[in-house]
Amino acid sequence: MTTPTTTAAAPSGSTAEGRAPKNPRTGGRPRDGRSRIRRHLPTSPWLFAAPGLLVAGAFSLYPFLSTVTNSFTDRRTLIAGRFVGLDNYREMLGDEMFWTGLRNSTLYVLGVVPALVVLPLLLALLVQKQIPGISFFRSAFYTPVVASIVVVGLIWVWLLDERGLVNAVLEAVGVGRVGFLSDQWLLLLSAMAVTVWKGLGYYMIIYLAALANVPRELHEAASVDGAGAVRRFLTVTLPAVRSTMVLVGALSSVAAFKVFSEVYLMAGPDGGPAGEDTTLVMLVQRTGTGLSGRAGYASAISVVVFVVTVALMLLVLRADRKEDA
Amino acid sequence: MNRQGELMNGHRDGPERENGGGNSRRGRGNRESGRRMPGWEIALRYVLLLAVLALTVGPFLWQLSTSLKGPHEDIFSSPPAFLPEQPTFANYSRVAETIPVWDYALNSLTVAVANVVTNCAGAALAGYALARLRYRGRRAATVAFVLAMLVPVEGIIIAQFTTMRELGLNNTLVGVVLPLSVSALNVLLMRNAFLNLPYEVEEAAFVDGANVWQRFARIALPSVKGTLAVVAIFAFMGAWDDFLWPLIVLSDPQNFTLTIGLNYLHGTFANDERLVAAGTIIAVLPLIVLFACLQRYFFRGVGEGAVKG
Repeated sequence: MTTPTTTAAAPSGSTAEGRAPKNPRTGGRPRDGRSRIRRHLPTSPWLFAAPGLLVAGAFSLYPFLSTVTNSFTDRRTLIAGRFVGLDNYREMLGDEMFWTGLRNSTLYVLGVVPALVVLPLLLALLVQKQIPGISFFRSAFYTPVVASIVVVGLIWVWLLDERGLVNAVLEAVGVGRVGFLSDQWLLLLSAMAVTVWKGLGYYMIIYLAALANVPRELHEAASVDGAGAVRRFLTVTLPAVRSTMVLVGALSSVAAFKVFSEVYLMAGPDGGPAGEDTTLVMLVQRTGTGLSGRAGYASAISVVVFVVTVALMLLVLRADRKEDA
Repeated sequence: MNRQGELMNGHRDGPERENGGGNSRRGRGNRESGRRMPGWEIALRYVLLLAVLALTVGPFLWQLSTSLKGPHEDIFSSPPAFLPEQPTFANYSRVAETIPVWDYALNSLTVAVANVVTNCAGAALAGYALARLRYRGRRAATVAFVLAMLVPVEGIIIAQFTTMRELGLNNTLVGVVLPLSVSALNVLLMRNAFLNLPYEVEEAAFVDGANVWQRFARIALPSVKGTLAVVAIFAFMGAWDDFLWPLIVLSDPQNFTLTIGLNYLHGTFANDERLVAAGTIIAVLPLIVLFACLQRYFFRGVGEGAVKG
């Protein structure tokens, strides 16, 4: 990714941090300064870092390790577990609900990621040009990002209701009412649409930053050579934002695989009548929490979530590298 | 959504220039081609912009409209009625009779403010220690924060839940705040901000006899106010909007935050859409106001990777 140049408008009220980016490692730091500034009470650096380290250790790193170790036990919320080896993983293979969750989370990635890579880019191209009122549109398009997923979910539950606005419109134009929230597949598709709707503005901003770094000379040169808008998009814009597309692909696929709230709100806590819309994280939440929660088994499912998200990330990044070669 | 990748890619101050630049951006219009746009293209652009506007903001307005519709109005009519015929705030007082919605709002506010304070203080201190102080184990500390940042929240909720039970913090607001109280991502953001400060000023202060704490509080911290504001805003938004973790850790309706309360309202009283609509408006309005006032930092936050989850 190209580093943004500093010629463009610096942030207003810019302080030292707004200045030309220096190499963070050596950035204008006199060598001999190190030894002088070093003299402070020997304990204070750790005092400074202590709150952060404590939280990172106790609420990220420790839970990660205990998730992995718990996955080999039959631990429950109120009962300490015994080591059971791979029993949880073996049980998982025979658990129909696990496969349903894995299928739905995977479908979610396949459905959401292409839309979130392409649509925000088109949106960014639309709001990129400085025409009057454009900053209002940019802000408005970002509103769904600011709202809580619960608010967004409930808004769409009402819009897509059997008697809601979308169906009222569909009926008025003669299509007839559609059971968006009652059919298993339509429900999953609707949830995906909501995820895309909420994510559009966020990725639009990421793309805008990337587009601002495309040198205008390239566009001018292509123009002079007689390239039309589509041609210029394909030969100039697309190659320039490719690395950003990979980044968006990686971020959105990891987020999509871990989907919880949208489906939980739209399908209900049980993931629809027979649970056929359950996602993997919903399954973790359902089996592992509460007083009778099976923490051991839920941890094993969590480990699968870890492994798949890391694999997704590597897959996307690797696909990028291959294209480079 | 997940903003970590931005940080890892060192993708900083991008959107700020595009959005917060203000006047200095003029004259860069039409930069892409350097030609004037034909009239039809401008018209087409506005048509598309308005269409997307209807799609992104329309649902919020529909919710607002539903929340203002009177009890005798047909909210299911086809063709739909976009404006309430007898606008009323009655639904807002009725939702307060159904669930203690103002208590929930207060709980959300408490959690969000606490999250802002702990994140700003903890991340600034730790970020300073990583960027400016020299000691054995600094690299290890940095690596610890990077690893912590990479652990997905969704994957550790069960372990988190059992930890909270052991600490006796289940079903308390402290339990809601604690896991997110100093996000590793924020620590790394503050570290980057401090790294970009010139060294000389602090050195001068050192020569003048300022101790570590004075250098941190009087010189370094005031220079990174921008990044601190981003951390604060995203900490507020993250806590106010959070759903999965509060859902797991809170079980007693008395301690619910607004998002959990809304989910409860939806589950229990799904038959009255006006109430649910009023509840969602109460939950979303403060953030929309915050966003309208501080847009610059929201956009910058996307660029800096200010929040995780």
